[in-house]
Amino acid sequence: MTQQLSAKEPNAEQIAEQQLYKQMGVTDEEYGKICGFLGRKPNYVEIGVFSVMWSEHCSYKNSKVVLKKFPVTGPRVLMGPGEGAGIVDIGDNQAVVFKIESHNHPSAVEPYQGAATGVGGIIRDIFSMGARPVALLNSLRFGKLGGSRVNYLFENVVGGIAGYGNCIGIPTVGGEIMFDESYEGNPLVNAMCVGLIDHDKIQKGVAQGVGNPVFYVGPATGRDGIHGATFASEEISEESEAKRTAVQVGDPFMEKLVLEACLELIDSGIVVGIQDMGAAGLTCSSAEMASKAGNGMELYLDEVPQREEGMTPYEMMLSESQERMLFVVKPEHEGQAKAIFERWGLHCAKVGKVTDDGRLRLVHRGEVVGDMPVTALVDEVPMYHKPSREPEYYRAGASVDTAAYPETTDVLGALKQVLASPTVASKEWVYNQYDYMVRTSTAVRPGSDAAVVTVPGTRKALAMTTDCNGRFVYLDPEVGGRIAVSEAARNIVCSGAEPLAITDNLNFGSPEKPEIFWQLEKAVDGMAEACRELNAPVIGGNVSLYNENAKGAIYPTPVVGMVGLLTDIDHITTQSFKREGDVILLLGDTKAELGGSEFQSVVLGRVEGRPPQLDLAVEKRLLDGVLEAIRGGLVSSAHDLSEGGLAVALAECCMSGQLGASVSLDTELRADQALFSESQSRILLSASPDKAEELTELLRTHGVPVRRIGAVQGSELAVQVNGEEILRSPVDELTRIWKDAIPCLMNV
Amino acid sequence: MNFAVLVFPGSNCDLDCYKAVEETIGQKVDYVWHTETDLSKYDCIIVPGGFSYGDYLRCGAIAQFAPVMGALSEAAKQGKYILGICNGFQILTEARLLPGALLRNRSLKFLCHQTPLVVANANTPFTSDYKEGEVIDIPIAHGEGNYYCDEETLKELQETNRIVFRYAGNPNGSVDDIAGICSADGRILGMMPHPERAVHELLGSEDGKRMFTSILKTWRDQHDAAAVR
Repeated sequence: MTQQLSAKEPNAEQIAEQQLYKQMGVTDEEYGKICGFLGRKPNYVEIGVFSVMWSEHCSYKNSKVVLKKFPVTGPRVLMGPGEGAGIVDIGDNQAVVFKIESHNHPSAVEPYQGAATGVGGIIRDIFSMGARPVALLNSLRFGKLGGSRVNYLFENVVGGIAGYGNCIGIPTVGGEIMFDESYEGNPLVNAMCVGLIDHDKIQKGVAQGVGNPVFYVGPATGRDGIHGATFASEEISEESEAKRTAVQVGDPFMEKLVLEACLELIDSGIVVGIQDMGAAGLTCSSAEMASKAGNGMELYLDEVPQREEGMTPYEMMLSESQERMLFVVKPEHEGQAKAIFERWGLHCAKVGKVTDDGRLRLVHRGEVVGDMPVTALVDEVPMYHKPSREPEYYRAGASVDTAAYPETTDVLGALKQVLASPTVASKEWVYNQYDYMVRTSTAVRPGSDAAVVTVPGTRKALAMTTDCNGRFVYLDPEVGGRIAVSEAARNIVCSGAEPLAITDNLNFGSPEKPEIFWQLEKAVDGMAEACRELNAPVIGGNVSLYNENAKGAIYPTPVVGMVGLLTDIDHITTQSFKREGDVILLLGDTKAELGGSEFQSVVLGRVEGRPPQLDLAVEKRLLDGVLEAIRGGLVSSAHDLSEGGLAVALAECCMSGQLGASVSLDTELRADQALFSESQSRILLSASPDKAEELTELLRTHGVPVRRIGAVQGSELAVQVNGEEILRSPVDELTRIWKDAIPCLMNV
Repeated sequence: MNFAVLVFPGSNCDLDCYKAVEETIGQKVDYVWHTETDLSKYDCIIVPGGFSYGDYLRCGAIAQFAPVMGALSEAAKQGKYILGICNGFQILTEARLLPGALLRNRSLKFLCHQTPLVVANANTPFTSDYKEGEVIDIPIAHGEGNYYCDEETLKELQETNRIVFRYAGNPNGSVDDIAGICSADGRILGMMPHPERAVHELLGSEDGKRMFTSILKTWRDQHDAAAVR
């Protein structure tokens, strides 16, 4: 074994004596195991490779124990977790490919590039499966809007997403954004990509065929993003600023070329295996491709295109330079592959070959500089089941009676306050910066319950959404997890689609803390249960732990990205009221549930108690009933009740339809509870009067509680509770408040 | 009628233009790669939107040097119809086929939304199916759509009726609300809004359809006239 080449790099003895592995996040015990696998002490490049492969980001060593609880199969699932992205059948030999991934840590220190490369990374995951990316979504969390740091992060994260997605020409069609102090200093940037593929084009990241050449395509490797995966697996601190170099710089134009060239290459049918170089770059892609084929790989590092002179094997293996792909073809197809890339102005370099000895061997300047068993890197990662403890705040929450708050009598004032809350307010300021129309398939644009993208050449369409209310998950992770999946399903159904599957992004604090690990365990329990009940298996996802700053952990935020199938574009339904005279129906039961609600947070200034309860059997009946009604052509508009409850849902239906409504509620609840409770499993429908009876009947046969609460009319939203008018406002005025809130806070 | 949609590295509305031609007027359409040097078989050439060469320099500044641009100039001389949309408009100004330049939006932000446009000149090959003064609904999606030209040029554009579309509510700071202009012979149109994104009810507007029907109709009229002669 040749020792390192750079005089600056410590040797194996120094690494051991000075415990330098600890700086890379490797524990003493793990270091011992690595020595055991190698039969000697690792040198600098080897310990670097192990440290990223064994990081939480690449190995899920702390989360795998809970991820096992997710249902991952189903009659439509063609590929579950493990590959770049999951795949679900949508009929006619077509399938949808999708995945969500976080770029939280990079975005906290360099928001524009952090967010941009998050988008770039998830797009590569989709096209490396052979799929054509057709839509992007993103789920974002920030601290309280209005402060200079939060505004800076918000502005630049949005800018980075826009910069990358707009340039590469994939529409950013949806997502959600919430603002809460718990995300101060640790924003969440989760990007989701959805692609379409024909069954026979599905690729895998496998390095098969001993002796086959391994190719590298994309821009040269630089010294950027070194140890990005390790950085993502620790808490954000004062020192994080110094790790700005762990953040990569994105080049969407390059990725557009790589995307088109790779799809052309895949289309030619000569690809044996292909994988993107994402987290841990060349290290992770080579080790995983070898592992999946049960083979080894030899890499010739001198052949790796390098942006700078004098790069060491360590730097090349750990760089996270963007827009790079690794692929394997048979020797006889080398020329064909090269020609395809040349047409796109890209150079592809032969950087290695598939071997049969199960080793990842690194050769540099004629000498072997690293030699590790692939199984040790990928399959033998130590797994942890961290201790878990129910937190004190959770126990205390049980005794809070949110139904006993003093009554808020100024309901209109409260509605205006909630509409102006950035979490509820119109996100036009954001999505108008995204090209959500390119590819001309976007049938429902940002702003409704779910985005809808048509499937070209068919009557089918895909509905897609991301959802998670972190407050609910914080107050009760199990119920909150159930709500996250159910709300996503409700959004999908309200758009006229049947839920297919989910991808999840588990954003949590440090798993080293038993209370945080408890949140993770419980949230996954709730999500898994909901996925099973609602027939929406998990086909892939991402875990982002260590989302903490000096003030503590973020709210546990397991974001759910869901895709649904519309069997016919005629079923496309949006939230906006459509016609004067349509009747308004409220489905589901409203209880005095204000725990974790937007009203509680914004109007009362608290976050406490238990979140709304959710019965999955009730939810399932609601979803089945509404989907059947929509498919039967009985529904004019459908809108899920979420943040801000019935009051906000009514206002949103009015504002987006530019129509008023006259509503009358008979209830045993107080007006503020009836209007702002966030009870689950509720949907607001409007329907033409001649269809209302049939619709009501159909829903009742599904066991869905239905109340006719008013009609679409005029230009005002007017609400009576038990015969007394408690709210009347021109829709225009509400719209102004709702639309101006974010621009005002951004000082536009 | 034969349509070409040019494809530069980084073009991303090529597909949309292609589909729009196929779906609205059902004419033959080809993608033409930026390295091609012959456009002689085409009657109408569309320069689509996107981020040619990444637009890391001035938008369209690199694309003007692509091999296909020589053939495009040739086509312009021959009086072929040339339609530059968004980045295509930027490329046409960089190539001096149209006057002026597109600066960054006044807000310094990318803007994507439906935009009401006033048809200022319905007497071009691209707008004959519209009525002058009609307001149509066509989306924009650009970061650099703020049209600028010097006063002399502006005066000339105004006096020769070469301003084809104006924004009803100026979103980006363009002089004289200009959204699209044409060449002196009326056969080259550059516009920032995307008619190809407004060709189906599902996309939110069908007002862009008539641009394609106008082109076909004008070409047929000329063709028939030529045949009669």
